[in-house]
Amino acid sequence: MSEFKQTFNSSLGKKLIMALTGLFLCTFLIVHLSGNLALFKHDNGQAFNAYANFMTHFPPIRVVSYLLYLSILVHTIYAIVLTVSNRKARPIGYASATKSPVSWSSKNMGLLGSILLLFIVIHMKDFWFKYHQDDFAGKSTNVIPFKEYKTDLVTGKQLSARDLPPGDYKYAIYTEGSVETMVAKDLNQTVEVAFKQWWYVAFYVIALGALSFHLLHGFQSAFHTLGWVHRKYKPIIYFIGTWLFAVIIPLGFAAMPVIYFFCR
Amino acid sequence: MNLTLKVWRQKNAQTSGKFVTYKAESISEDMSFLEMLDVVNESLTKKGEEPIYFDHDCREGICGMCSLYINGRPHGPKRAITTCQLHMRSFKDGETITIEPWRAAAFPVIKDLAVDRSAFDRIQQAGGYVSINTGGVPDANEIPIPKVIADEAFNSATCIGCGACVAACKNASAMLFVSAKVSQLGMLPQGQPERWSRVQSMVAQMDEEGFGNCTNTGACEAECPKEISLTNIGRMNNDFFSAKLFREEGVHDHAQ
Repeated sequence: MSEFKQTFNSSLGKKLIMALTGLFLCTFLIVHLSGNLALFKHDNGQAFNAYANFMTHFPPIRVVSYLLYLSILVHTIYAIVLTVSNRKARPIGYASATKSPVSWSSKNMGLLGSILLLFIVIHMKDFWFKYHQDDFAGKSTNVIPFKEYKTDLVTGKQLSARDLPPGDYKYAIYTEGSVETMVAKDLNQTVEVAFKQWWYVAFYVIALGALSFHLLHGFQSAFHTLGWVHRKYKPIIYFIGTWLFAVIIPLGFAAMPVIYFFCR
Repeated sequence: MNLTLKVWRQKNAQTSGKFVTYKAESISEDMSFLEMLDVVNESLTKKGEEPIYFDHDCREGICGMCSLYINGRPHGPKRAITTCQLHMRSFKDGETITIEPWRAAAFPVIKDLAVDRSAFDRIQQAGGYVSINTGGVPDANEIPIPKVIADEAFNSATCIGCGACVAACKNASAMLFVSAKVSQLGMLPQGQPERWSRVQSMVAQMDEEGFGNCTNTGACEAECPKEISLTNIGRMNNDFFSAKLFREEGVHDHAQ
């Protein structure tokens, strides 16, 4: 076996892959949340639709997005491989339930991860797939309708937002005098429709709760696996893992369906 | 004290075992857990039954021989002690106590509550040593070592190899044990010559023995009778990746 294969086939190597893909997925969450903050703007979805177009058409981001899909797959596959080998390491279990004092999230990473995978599949089917469906079909079927926004460039105010009738459109921005016109796929409308269903909102909130607990253990655990356990920096990692990844990010994401359900 | 014991009885590694219930009567609360088992065994012997087989040796918490998974915790309900240091006053009168052997594929049951922990010996032999030159006896304290380093290495060296970390781990991982052995030598100047090959050989042997993988859950740290900290695992990971990815030293440079 080559040195490289030996490294990544070892128990620590597999854990390294889990840690690196996990941390990469964490960084994506920051980008995803900051972009989605556009949903909170009262501009008929103009900023959000522009952002959705940017994320799907800007080449470097497309490359990163393929890395992201790969990371989700690898993280899942290695989780299964490691779990199977862990089960094999204890063929006969204990009769009495363990009473060792450990955190709930660290014991339930598999369960939390499964909820998240289910969430990712549904989430991507409803938004990512719908958005890309036209590209896949190759025809102008327009699963998601287009919207036209007119903005006064002098005052920065939105003049109008008009749903376009079904037809063949492409993302475009052009200026006539001081008026800027933007035509974009109205993903915002898909979001509005989805977040008006109470069970859909409930599922999102549950999934984001799972995300919170998954990252509460996962973020600091990844650094531990990498071997970054320096006494001076460990508290910083714990702080970021708890407040940013287990509190702010899940709360930020959960606020979107909740606000759309109650306030829009 | 009168207690009910649910004890795992298994004739040998080939046969499957089962729980058998025994009464432990008129037990003094000042007895250690192993002395309580001695009393039970004496009554079993008098009745002509096979006594309960369990591992023990020094009975003062330093040899690492005693084990026992008691009511869901290795070495029983108390923190930072071995089973031989556990006293019956830690239990209530009339309590039912479930006693199981360590459960891990790498620790096969020999008989009843005793398991074969020679996997640990093989990991230790794979790299847990330092090279010393023969010749005159060197002066004591000849090599300066900062106190913090000496203390930290000594903390890791207190591991008695009892296997409670494996027993407590939900994945039956041996990483706390291996990392303590890697750390205690890797931190000191005497351990430097083999530092990068040691971590590779010991981890390779650990994987070969069929232990599970660490999920940084921390049950090992909580149950270790010597309070070996999880930091050791981080240190081992660091050394391992450093050795594998950045050092020009293969696993077999020293090991073979």
